[in-house]
Amino acid sequence: MAFFLIKKKVLTMFKWLEKNLPKIVMAPAVGLIGWFVYGFVLWTLYISFTNSKILPKYELWGFGQYEKLWASRKWLISVDNLLIFTALFLVFCIVIGIILAIFLDQKIRSEGLLRTIYLYPMALSFIVTGTAWKWILNPTLGIQKLFIDWGFENFTFDWLVNREMAIYTIVIAGVWQSAGFVMALFLAGLRSVEDEIVKAAKIDGAGIFTVYWKILLPMMRPVFFTSFVILVHISIKSYDLIVALTQGGPGISTTMPALYMTQTAFHKSQVGLSAASAMMMFMAVAAVIIPYLYSELRRENAR
Amino acid sequence: MQDSLQSSYRQLEQKSKYTNIFLRWFLYLVLILFASYFIFPLYVMIVTSLKTMEEIRQGTLLTWPSSLNFDSWAVAWGGRGYGAGDTFLKPYFWNSIKMVVPAVFFSTFIGAMAGYVLTKWRFKGDKWVFLFLLFGCFIPYQAILLPMARTLGVLGISNSVIGLVLVHTVYGIPFTTLFFRNFYVSVPTELVKAARIDGAGFFKIFFKILLPISAPIIVVTVIWQFTQIWNDFLFGSTFSFGEAAPIQVALNNMVLSSTSVKEYNVDMASAIIAGIPTLIVYVLAGKYFIRGLTSGAVKG
Repeated sequence: MAFFLIKKKVLTMFKWLEKNLPKIVMAPAVGLIGWFVYGFVLWTLYISFTNSKILPKYELWGFGQYEKLWASRKWLISVDNLLIFTALFLVFCIVIGIILAIFLDQKIRSEGLLRTIYLYPMALSFIVTGTAWKWILNPTLGIQKLFIDWGFENFTFDWLVNREMAIYTIVIAGVWQSAGFVMALFLAGLRSVEDEIVKAAKIDGAGIFTVYWKILLPMMRPVFFTSFVILVHISIKSYDLIVALTQGGPGISTTMPALYMTQTAFHKSQVGLSAASAMMMFMAVAAVIIPYLYSELRRENAR
Repeated sequence: MQDSLQSSYRQLEQKSKYTNIFLRWFLYLVLILFASYFIFPLYVMIVTSLKTMEEIRQGTLLTWPSSLNFDSWAVAWGGRGYGAGDTFLKPYFWNSIKMVVPAVFFSTFIGAMAGYVLTKWRFKGDKWVFLFLLFGCFIPYQAILLPMARTLGVLGISNSVIGLVLVHTVYGIPFTTLFFRNFYVSVPTELVKAARIDGAGFFKIFFKILLPISAPIIVVTVIWQFTQIWNDFLFGSTFSFGEAAPIQVALNNMVLSSTSVKEYNVDMASAIIAGIPTLIVYVLAGKYFIRGLTSGAVKG
């Protein structure tokens, strides 16, 4: 009798297991992300409201860290730099990406090879490419020497060690790394347009420029949107490239928020302040990403 | 009348032919100019790594090396053999491999399972669960660095390869889930339904029906995860130092370590060594690399 009961219990347990197996399998992913992403962000948020120095303290302290942050010259410089970098990075990547995509779309010979060349920087780390650019841009033996040897005797190119210009060297390297990616997005977008539309326009007498300017590029709106979101996202997070190229220097002239955060946390041991800067970054990313996810989801639902 | 019309038409055609030829030359010129801009740093890296310091000082960035000299490669990989202060990449290269292989495996597996459940065993609110996971692709990691550092400390795996495996597995899950979910969405659900009626269970359906057709998306995911983890610097530099560091951190330390003379040839050889694995994967499987980049593209 007892055996029978146990058997029944085990059976219902198996039934339950079988019914809920998908959810059980799903649990590790949800649990890990819940803890390591959402839990951690909340922890950082909480700490940003405390007066934590080397070790976290848990008494609330109000908005003190945020006030300190926005009064800090270094933070203001890093926000300025981020704005300059993002603007230039966006414009150059998108313009170069579109030009390359449109040109490659003209039934070019050895298109595959060219595409491979334009996109290979994406496979390399920012540390590797940053190391290369640092050597190329160095004022003594780099580009400057190349031009002097070519006969431009007064040519100087010292942006890397120039406080005013160093931020633009990061733009140069950043654009070089990511423009090919925008090209790939636009090329995929252009290729997905049906031939009929282009043919119809051509029969109506539209030249190749009109076709692109008036018809195809306006159709690429979602691609513009995606590129914009991804590039802004890359630029807010940019850290490795700066470390490899300038370490935020000369002085603090090329500091950016991501670098500010890690330096404040791990070199200066100002945990509360660095948590506040991390939350500012988080909010900046969220401001771009949430509308993006919302629109993507709506598009998917509309399908 | 007819004749003149035809000749003017021909003239027009001739003219447009010339503009076309001109346009095509312009096209190729621009494309090649950009190609040289993109290839330039790679060329400089390779050439510099093969020169001696003497040659570097005398020539320019573009000068061809006088002989193929792999000394700086040997130094970058194996050091000079004088013990203290002699940093070289070999041990860190292995660190990176020990970190990449398990992290790619675990994150891909968890993502495949999650993608499978989210598309073929749908439950109430599964869309929200997907969104919940997807948001993890976008968070700036600065917002989780501090608690992560403490957690690794509590678990006793800070400054270790195991710690980095954990970190990369966790933060890879949103991406791998996204890849597999988007792939399995396009697999007809009728297949799964039919198998369920035949009495096949959860795992049997996965291994017998979905896994055999998953090869392309597995390749895309593995390449994506491999590239991301191999190239990571933020986690590596925050959660490890000294002997447990992955290769990107070691490369950065090598380049920054200010010895008396800056050896650009060794720097460049080191950079190439650190970049070669992902570059090889890119050249061999570029198609899949680009697919990952454009389909799930959310991260730089």
